[in-house]
Formats: sequence, structure tokens, C-alpha cells
Amino acid sequence: MIYRETGQFKTSYRRDQAIFPIAQDRWFVVAALGVAFVVVPLVANEYWLQAVLIPWLVFSIAAIGLNLLTGYAGQLSLGTGGFMAVGAYAVYKLTTAFPELNVIVVFLLAGLFAAGVGILFGLPSLRIKGLYLAVATLAAQFFLIWLFNRVPWFFNYNPSGTITMPPRTFLGVMVTGPEATATVRYLVALSFVVVFALLAKNLVRTNIGRTWMAIRDMDVAAEIIGIRPLTTKLSAFAVSSFYCGLAGALVFSLYLGSVETLAFDITVSFEVLFMIIIGGLGSILGSILGAGFIVLVPIFLTNVPRLFGIEVPVDLAKEVEAMVFGGLIVFFLIVEPLGLARLWQIAKEKLRRWPFPY
Amino acid sequence: MEVLNSLLVGPLRDIVSAPVFFAEVVVGGLMAGVMYSMVALGFVLIFKASEVFNFAQGAMVLFAALTLVGFMERGVPVGLALLAAAAVMVALAVAIERVMLRPLVNQPPLTLLMATIGLTFFLEGFGQLLWGSNVKELDVGIPDRTFDVGGMLLNQFDLVAAAVAAVMVALLAVLAQKTTLGRALRAVADDHEAAMAVGVPLKTIWVTVWSAAGIVALVAGIMWGAKSGVQFSLSLIALKALPVLILGGPHLDSGRHRRRSHHRRGGKNRRSLLGAAGRGGHRELVRLRAGDGLSAI
Repeated sequence: MIYRETGQFKTSYRRDQAIFPIAQDRWFVVAALGVAFVVVPLVANEYWLQAVLIPWLVFSIAAIGLNLLTGYAGQLSLGTGGFMAVGAYAVYKLTTAFPELNVIVVFLLAGLFAAGVGILFGLPSLRIKGLYLAVATLAAQFFLIWLFNRVPWFFNYNPSGTITMPPRTFLGVMVTGPEATATVRYLVALSFVVVFALLAKNLVRTNIGRTWMAIRDMDVAAEIIGIRPLTTKLSAFAVSSFYCGLAGALVFSLYLGSVETLAFDITVSFEVLFMIIIGGLGSILGSILGAGFIVLVPIFLTNVPRLFGIEVPVDLAKEVEAMVFGGLIVFFLIVEPLGLARLWQIAKEKLRRWPFPY
Repeated sequence: MEVLNSLLVGPLRDIVSAPVFFAEVVVGGLMAGVMYSMVALGFVLIFKASEVFNFAQGAMVLFAALTLVGFMERGVPVGLALLAAAAVMVALAVAIERVMLRPLVNQPPLTLLMATIGLTFFLEGFGQLLWGSNVKELDVGIPDRTFDVGGMLLNQFDLVAAAVAAVMVALLAVLAQKTTLGRALRAVADDHEAAMAVGVPLKTIWVTVWSAAGIVALVAGIMWGAKSGVQFSLSLIALKALPVLILGGPHLDSGRHRRRSHHRRGGKNRRSLLGAAGRGGHRELVRLRAGDGLSAI
């Protein structure tokens, strides 16, 4: 009864093409943003911000990036971890070389570096696709990690091989480094997610986004109607890698603070792939929901036995966690192969008709 | 100039000056490749029969090896433990088909790939939960001594591994090419629907293929486990076997490329029950070339 578009007439093309065409959706989004920006920083404690919300936000950006490439442009990539590493190391090199450069600018530049690398490793996509492309991007993953491990220039020749984010301020507030509070880092990450999720949401409705989807649905037919595979595929790789690089930069500077290449190894690539498949291919909201699922489930599983007052040995808990996690992935795929975004859509449809069955 | 020299000329000069060492390196590399090929074989089996890329093959190797070691640690003699482990792998295949594959019939390949990744997590957790997560020794009595052949140092273990891999490849090739089961298997790979229409029992075929992959995983697990101990890293071998698979081509003898060539040559498989599958495949190709792509745009 509440959620219904009845009586909301669209009187201009602008209104007709809005991202959230129904007023209730707009209110919901505004309310959600209000909660995220105002209520959460007030009520959440350090643990929740640092261990749950910040990783969720930064991985959301990575998931959106991969979803643009895999879900919208149809190019399967396993190089996400590598592109994220490019972003992280670019931030480190830039901010140590030019300490006076604004940290937000540094993040965006890091994304651009990752975009360049992404174009380079996207070149094989012009020749191969599917599983073969996945293996080619897997090579990118291994090569980039190897590069950052072996060339000391990337970690400024420090003996431990780890890179640490120096403290940087933005508008007079400490944003990175050990001094920055979790609340500030959360707000910065949240702002990035909001801006870039909106950007992605709009991007897929533009000409570029439509050419991506055409290539995804059938490359030969798309080429025949005049879409250039070269620019389309490479732009998908560039934009996707920009997002992944940005996510890597944020993982490094806002979430972990100090990383080595292990933080971006192949398991990260797979995790981000899980996020978009669980969340829903070809959906921006799905990327965010999927990131939440993958980040939250392990935390949830470790805390459930403690809630019931059962002490489980660490290694046992880890194995049970892996089992339940794997089982949940299979379960979700069987129940809803189109992901959480589809569940959300079904829920909205149901709500529209409520209280009638149809 | 110096770089070019050391890259292009240097190695050749080394080969000429130390031919025995060169041969040893080549043979050693081949032997290492054989070890990986045993893992890749499991991938190919499942990929051929169901177009599913089974990411869990590495986890199956780990699970099989853990099960075998687990039985042996509890005092079961080697032969019996082998049989028991094989039985466990077959039971696992039945369970996978029932619980995971059957509800996912007709889903896109990416969904199935994802499901096998989920299976990977499950098997890794389950295996280590059942049998413990510490590094275990596996000794099934394969000799492991180095000996000298014309100056080349060879390892007996590697030779045994190569022989085992060769036997396995030969067995599977015969199974796929000469038996009714193999034909049915290739028919399923070509086109599920058409194969079912001519009466190939899809479920039985999948169980068979996954069982076979499980037993291949057991053999790979024995060889890898005996070489480097049974431990979690066995599961990661799958990733290294992936390039092996891609370079070799997962479609070895029943994939789309071959199917196209069959049609061009008039298709010898039309004689057999594959005929229906072949025509089904043809229809699929037509659909791929024109149908849903255009309507999707």
C-alpha cells in the first residue's frame, strides 16, 4: 500500500529517465544515505567501523569495478587483485614523492594509473574471451604481484618490503595514517562509494554502457551494427581498472594502513568475483550487497558460536567457517542464481502488490 | 647488445657446451609437467562431459589425499585404504551431483564455475575438519632414489609418476573413444538436450564423470602427497595446472572446434548416437551466430 507509483506522473523526459523514478525510492535512498552519513558515525564503535563497515565500503568499489567489466561488458577477469595492487602502490609512490599533493587527488591519480595498466592487460581481450581471457588476466595478477615484490623501487627500498601510508590531511582533518580516527576514514570511504556508485549507475546508461552491454550480449552482432570492439573492450577495462585501482588505494590507505603484496593476492581476485556473482552480475546495487555478504559472512560465522557461549578452537572454527561459507555460496546459487540484486527486485515487486498476492 | 647476447646467444652456447645438463633440465621439466598434467586431467574430464570448469579439482586432490592418509593413519593397510578412498570419492561424486549439479542444470557456465568455487571452500574445510590440518607424510611405497643415466641424474619417483600419468591418459583416452560410456559422455558434452533425447542418462553420466575425476584426483593426490607431503597447498596446485589446461586446450577431442570440423567433413559421428547430438550442436551454432544475440540488442 505504501510502496506504489500510482499518481506519480512524469511530465518531462528528465523525470522519466531518473535513476530512481518512484518517489518512495528516492526517500528510501535519502534516508539510507542519512543513516550512513549521520547515524552510523554516531552509534558505531571502533570495531564495527574498522572491521566491518570500512572493508565493506572499499570492497564495494572493487566489486563495482569488476561488475562493470564482467557483468556489463562480459569480459571475465581474474586480475582484480593485481589492479588493486597497482592502485595501492601508486598511492604510496605518489604520496611519498609529492607529500604536498592533496590526498584525494592522489587516490584519483592512482585510479588512473591502474586504468592504464588495465588497458595494457585488456589487450588480449580483443583476441580471446571466456575462460581463456580469465587465464590471461590471471597472468596479469601474478605478474603485477611479482613486480611489486621484486622491484624495490616500488616500496622505496625499505627492507621489510611492506608499504605504510604516511599521515595525510584533507581540509585540515587527518584522513590517513595511524592518527586518523575510524570515523573519518569511514566517512571518506563512504563518500567515495556514493560518488562512484552513482557515477557507475549513470555510466551504464550512457552510450558507453550500452556499447558494453551490446558487446557482452553478442560481440559479432555488436560489431556489425557499428560498435568498435577495440574501444569498447578497452574502455571497459580502463574504467573497471580505475575502480579497482581506486579500491586498492582505499584498502591500502583507509582500511589496512600498511600492506604487502599478500593483501592483493589471487584470493582477493576470487573474493571480488564472488561478490559480483553473489550480488548479481550487471547490477551496481548487487555489487554493494555482494561485497557486504562476502565481508560480513566470515565475521558473522566467527561470532555466532561466541554468542551462544561456545568456545571453539581457532583451527576448528576456521575449517567450519570455510565449510559454511562454501555451502552458503552453493545454496545461494541454487536458490537465486541471479544474485542478491534479483532478490531485492523480487522483494520490491512483492511490496508493490502487497497486501494482494497479484 | 650485451643484453641481447646474454638472452639469445648465451643459452645456445650453454646448451652446446653442456649437453648432458641440458638434457637433464629438459627431462626434469617434462617430469614436473607430468605432475601438473595429472591434476589438469581431472579438469579436462569434467569440462569435456559437462562444459563445467571444475575449480574444485585442486580441493578434490587435497580431499582424496587427506582421506587416504587418514585411513592409513588409522591402521588400514595400503590396498584397502586405496579402495576406501576411491569409494569415498565416488560417494562424494554422487553427493555433488545430487545436491549441487542437479538443481543447477541449464545455468550459465559462470554460475556453475562459481558453484565449484563454493565446493572448493567446502571440501577444504570438510577434509581438514575430518582428518586434521597438519602436514602429513604419505608413503605408499614408491621408490625415491636418484640414479645415473649417461651422466644425467634421474629420479625413480619421477619416472613412476610419468608412467602412472601415461597409463591414466591412455585409459581415459580408451574410455572416451572406444567405449559406449565414452560415446555417451561425448554426446552429453556436445549437447545435453540432444543426448537426453536419444536416451543418454544424464545423471548417471555426470556421476560417472565426477567419480572418474575423483579417482584421477586420488591418483594425483597420491603422487603429489608422496612428493611434497599432504597439506593445504595441494589445493592450490589447481591454479598452477590451469595454464597447463589452457595451453593444452580443454576441448581436446569433443569441443566446439572439433564439432565444426566434423560438420565440414560430413561428420563421422552421424553414424552413431552422436548424430542427434551433432545436429543439436548444429542448431546451437546457428542460434549462437544469429538468434539471441540480435534479439538481445
